[in-house]
Amino acid sequence: MSNPKVMAWRRENGRVGIRNHVVILPLDDLSNAASENVAHNIKGCKALPHAYGRLQFGEDLELFFRTLIGTGANPNVAAVVVIGIEPEWTNIIVEGIAKTGKPVTGFSIERHGDIKTVEMASWKAKEYVHWATELQKEECDLSEIWVSTKCGESDTTSGLASNPTVGNAFEKLVGMGGTCSFGETSEITGAEDGVEKRAANPEAAKQFKFLFDRYAKMIDDNKTDDLSGSQPTKGNIAGGLTTIEEKAFGNVQKIGKTINYEGALDKAVAPTGPGLWYMDSSSAAAEAVTLWAAAGFVAHFFPTGQGNIIGNPIEPTIKLTANPRTAGDMSEHIDYDCSAILRGEMTLDESGDNLIEMLVRTCNGRHTAQEVLGHEEFVLTKLYESA
Amino acid sequence: MIQFLIHEEADSVGVATVDIKAGETAKGLYMDSQNPAEVKVIEDISLGHKIAMNDLKIDDSVIKYGSDIGKVVADIKKGGHVHTQNLKTRRW
Repeated sequence: MSNPKVMAWRRENGRVGIRNHVVILPLDDLSNAASENVAHNIKGCKALPHAYGRLQFGEDLELFFRTLIGTGANPNVAAVVVIGIEPEWTNIIVEGIAKTGKPVTGFSIERHGDIKTVEMASWKAKEYVHWATELQKEECDLSEIWVSTKCGESDTTSGLASNPTVGNAFEKLVGMGGTCSFGETSEITGAEDGVEKRAANPEAAKQFKFLFDRYAKMIDDNKTDDLSGSQPTKGNIAGGLTTIEEKAFGNVQKIGKTINYEGALDKAVAPTGPGLWYMDSSSAAAEAVTLWAAAGFVAHFFPTGQGNIIGNPIEPTIKLTANPRTAGDMSEHIDYDCSAILRGEMTLDESGDNLIEMLVRTCNGRHTAQEVLGHEEFVLTKLYESA
Repeated sequence: MIQFLIHEEADSVGVATVDIKAGETAKGLYMDSQNPAEVKVIEDISLGHKIAMNDLKIDDSVIKYGSDIGKVVADIKKGGHVHTQNLKTRRW
């Protein structure tokens, strides 16, 4: 397949974004109110409130910093105002985002209070919105658009048609020289040996094995009787899925058959080159997409069976389903209906092309169902309790 | 109108895309080659459930997506329903 052109924003560091957000990013839970007040004052910017950022430490703190910096650094973001309770951690976020070359300024609430902070940050946000709204799109290659995938509320139609549609599109995008990513570590259980073999090199296989075993151990260490041994779920079995292997292989249809992953990344870590990449993540939709946005991905393919409605504030989430019932009674959430595959009226190859066409339209400005409906689930992954 | 899909030529099961009644000769499609397939169904198969494309013996692997999805624990005749009563994970 040829590499289509799309109109998008090329950022200071060369990366390409398909949205042009001015983000008001709270460092911590305490700064949500001021951030939301700035976003209320200044039209055209977006606050990303969240629940954490205090007394985190160790690996959990590293992941927290990586996620916030990565979110601000994402090419779908033009400029960032960071607001934190205290200046030290606020500056860590500001300096991390500033490495991309994009405009970013931090404000801290201590010694100013909310009212003065909101005033100062509002002036800066206003300046950024004026600046960002004059930035022009330029012609870019589709292969410059980084695309992630995970599925949710899966059923037998997912493994049959919507997941293989993503797999077909990923094969074509990677073939163009694109950058794509998959993850959902726990959902791979049952197909982990098969996924290990899909590594492009021994180092990638080793990294995958390490991340998979780490996740499996975490689940094993914390399990009661509510998770382990419950795969496939009763709902899955009623729908026709029999074994955990079958469920997992249905999930990994999203990476097609002909492409291998270049490396296996920890959560919210950006790939270092083009190709397919594994990224460790939870299988909970909002957490996972938030991590991919922080890793620099600018569009997401989300196949669903029974109808997951998730969205992300900065990474548009393109939803597809092959379940005709979901495409009918939850149509407002679905961007692409591929149920014709189940009727034998469309091939996977055609369906992959259709999904890529929807990606091109999304790049060129079409808002996804999730964006129109205001689904902006920004959910940080927390590894353990705060101190 | 097709009644079932098979992911790959190598697979030993197809998946019903509509409810199929015992005794019907169901028409299907291989998704990789787009070749037609046909099987006389010997048990009712609900939408989303699996049909054996050939006879399967105890300890055989069931192949779907070109991959081993578990072992046969009770013999299955061609056209039979493949599910928890005759297919088990190799995990536990």
